[in-house]
Amino acid sequence: MAQQEPEQESGRMLTMSRAMVEAIAHEMHENEEVFYMGEDVADYGGIFDSTDGLLDEFDHDRIMDVPISETAYLGAAVGAAQEGMRPIAELMFVDFFGVCMDQIYNQMAKNTYMSGGSVNVPMVLTTAVGGTYNDAAQHSQTLYGTFAHLPGMKVVVPSTAYDAKGLMHNAIRDDDPVVYLFHKRLMGIGWMPAPDGPKTAVPEDDYTIPFGNADIKRKGDDVTVVTLGLHVHRALEAADSLADDDIETEVIDLRTLVPLDTETVQESVEKTGRLVVVDEDYRSFGVTGEIIASVAEGSLDDLDAVERVAVPDVPLPYARPLENEVIPGTDDIIETVQNVHSNS
Amino acid sequence: MFDDMVTARNYEERLQEEYLEGKQPAFDISAGPIPGELHLAAGHEASGAGVCQHLREDDTVTAPHRPHHVAIAKGVDLKRMTAEIFGRQAGLCKGKGGHMHLFDPDVKFACSGIIAEGCPPAVGAGLAAKKRNTDSVAVAFLGEGAIDQGAFLESLNLASVQNLPVVFVIEDNDWAISMPKERVTDVENGSQRADGFDLPGVRVDSDDAIAIYETAKKAVGRARDGNGPTLIEVQVHRRMGHFMGDPESYRPETDTEAAQQRDSIERLASDLRAHGVDEEEIEEIRDNAHDRVEEAIEWAKDQPEPEPEEAYEDVFSNPPSGVTDTEPSIEIRPSGGDD
Ligand SMILES: Cc1ncc(C[n+]2csc(CCOP(=O)(O)OP(=O)(O)O)c2C)c(N)n1
Repeated sequence: MAQQEPEQESGRMLTMSRAMVEAIAHEMHENEEVFYMGEDVADYGGIFDSTDGLLDEFDHDRIMDVPISETAYLGAAVGAAQEGMRPIAELMFVDFFGVCMDQIYNQMAKNTYMSGGSVNVPMVLTTAVGGTYNDAAQHSQTLYGTFAHLPGMKVVVPSTAYDAKGLMHNAIRDDDPVVYLFHKRLMGIGWMPAPDGPKTAVPEDDYTIPFGNADIKRKGDDVTVVTLGLHVHRALEAADSLADDDIETEVIDLRTLVPLDTETVQESVEKTGRLVVVDEDYRSFGVTGEIIASVAEGSLDDLDAVERVAVPDVPLPYARPLENEVIPGTDDIIETVQNVHSNS
Repeated sequence: MFDDMVTARNYEERLQEEYLEGKQPAFDISAGPIPGELHLAAGHEASGAGVCQHLREDDTVTAPHRPHHVAIAKGVDLKRMTAEIFGRQAGLCKGKGGHMHLFDPDVKFACSGIIAEGCPPAVGAGLAAKKRNTDSVAVAFLGEGAIDQGAFLESLNLASVQNLPVVFVIEDNDWAISMPKERVTDVENGSQRADGFDLPGVRVDSDDAIAIYETAKKAVGRARDGNGPTLIEVQVHRRMGHFMGDPESYRPETDTEAAQQRDSIERLASDLRAHGVDEEEIEEIRDNAHDRVEEAIEWAKDQPEPEPEEAYEDVFSNPPSGVTDTEPSIEIRPSGGDD
């Protein structure tokens, strides 16, 4: 798909969290109906800096700390959105969705459809995903597949500051519920060092990145690697190393799961014939299976070799050797790309 | 009781030291011998100790994300708990759970990092006791921030309507991470929540271990005698950040200072002295606690880390064939929870 984005000419480098907050602040200034609510989002600025600084610009009515009662406040966001407001509601960790899933998937995601289109729910649900810091099974999941699987929510996963800002503007302006999943490790938080990639140049002005536009983060002719979130950066690192062995890897960042840009993936596979899908979510019934299925449906003939790299179907363990074993690392990606390259 | 409190404080001071190792100069949560989040309970000790004094091994306790003081008071194996926090193979959960997810079925202790979600399982333990006609009880601990959560409110109702032997203990330390309770809770005292569910609600105002002990004695006794649930709220204090590394920029310094002055351990020490316990005895308790803690930490650190392949084990207690990536284990695992 054609990319209609402004050039990233600005030299201003922002962390992913700063870029997200900039978009939110802009939309809140532009539109009185936009407000943000969540636990520890006001004075703390969000545990992962997702609202850092907003309280300096807005009062507690626009940047609201709420009780630890996700069912109530996420449901309240649904209700306010149905009144035509544009709430952004934060679920601190995606892992906590269990306590409030009804409001998410039976109300937020389904009301538009069940009402025959007469009701719409223009809200954004932001939430942190990802492991890599040994916080065990209730605080380290990504769950991309869970949200993308259930119809009625648009699902966004930025991997760079530039994408984070453009996708956030689009999310807030969208008339449908958008689930905006940000990876903790990419935010640029002081206490959780990010890899080099997510901090990028970000234009000061607002711009939108339309949903359903995957981004080719690196061009290559030999193997297509499709991924998202933190693993975009691991895949890019792998690609650098593979280039030393003369394997040219194309790295596709999906950026949104719903809608999904299968066209960009298929075009790439037509060129390379080899596909590796990398995901930090569980292996079964998830993003990896979906991407491979859509390529198989659309261009089976182009496909010479395919493999996936994901979290084996185990809850995220605590101890470092165990967590390292299950979360795909750069080495796992390198090995899999080499496999796919030599097996075809 | 004093012993449990001193052990808990001492233990957490040592954990804090170990936790901070390797995390500097710029605090990096994933570095050092203990990675991940660490929520210490300094200031909460009187609650775990005062309540658990009345519990037996066959009574169930569920704790939240700040569990160590409760675990120690319930008699969780200190060495294996420490090994778990260090992510070692010999840990209570073989390194899979970590500090927020400690399970010790031997003394019926469990905890969860999801707010208020320990309440329903405690109700379940109470239900089992009632159905089996035993006189064991269940206690669920939670923070004052957790009292707005559906799981807690639903649990109060279910325990009440079924007349179950459950004691709910709210540890009020005034803060839920950065949120002071006035900003997020409608009632002044969490114990008022009991009113809506037709069960007794009691509040112990100052962090006074003896008062907590007396209050819990009645509540546990009531439950054991088949007279149903009680909600207790105890005032504790938070001496440090919500988790290690929390900059606490939201918290007035005077509040932290005030909290640090209200030391329940020192308070109990002077109560003991007033009751004629001599200084030597108090020192001996402190020394023993210290030795026990050192021994646990040294032992834990000597244990090996788990092998990476162990990540695939224990997803099921009765694994269907073909679900693990490792060779099927020839060891037969009991299907109950108490191996
Ligand atoms: C369902 C859920 N929501 C949010 C969180 C994040 N969280 C962890 S601790 C905490 C604050 C708890 O405050 P409180 O209950 O008062 O206990 P305290 O930490 O003060 O002991 C929050 C919001 C969580 N773990 N689970």
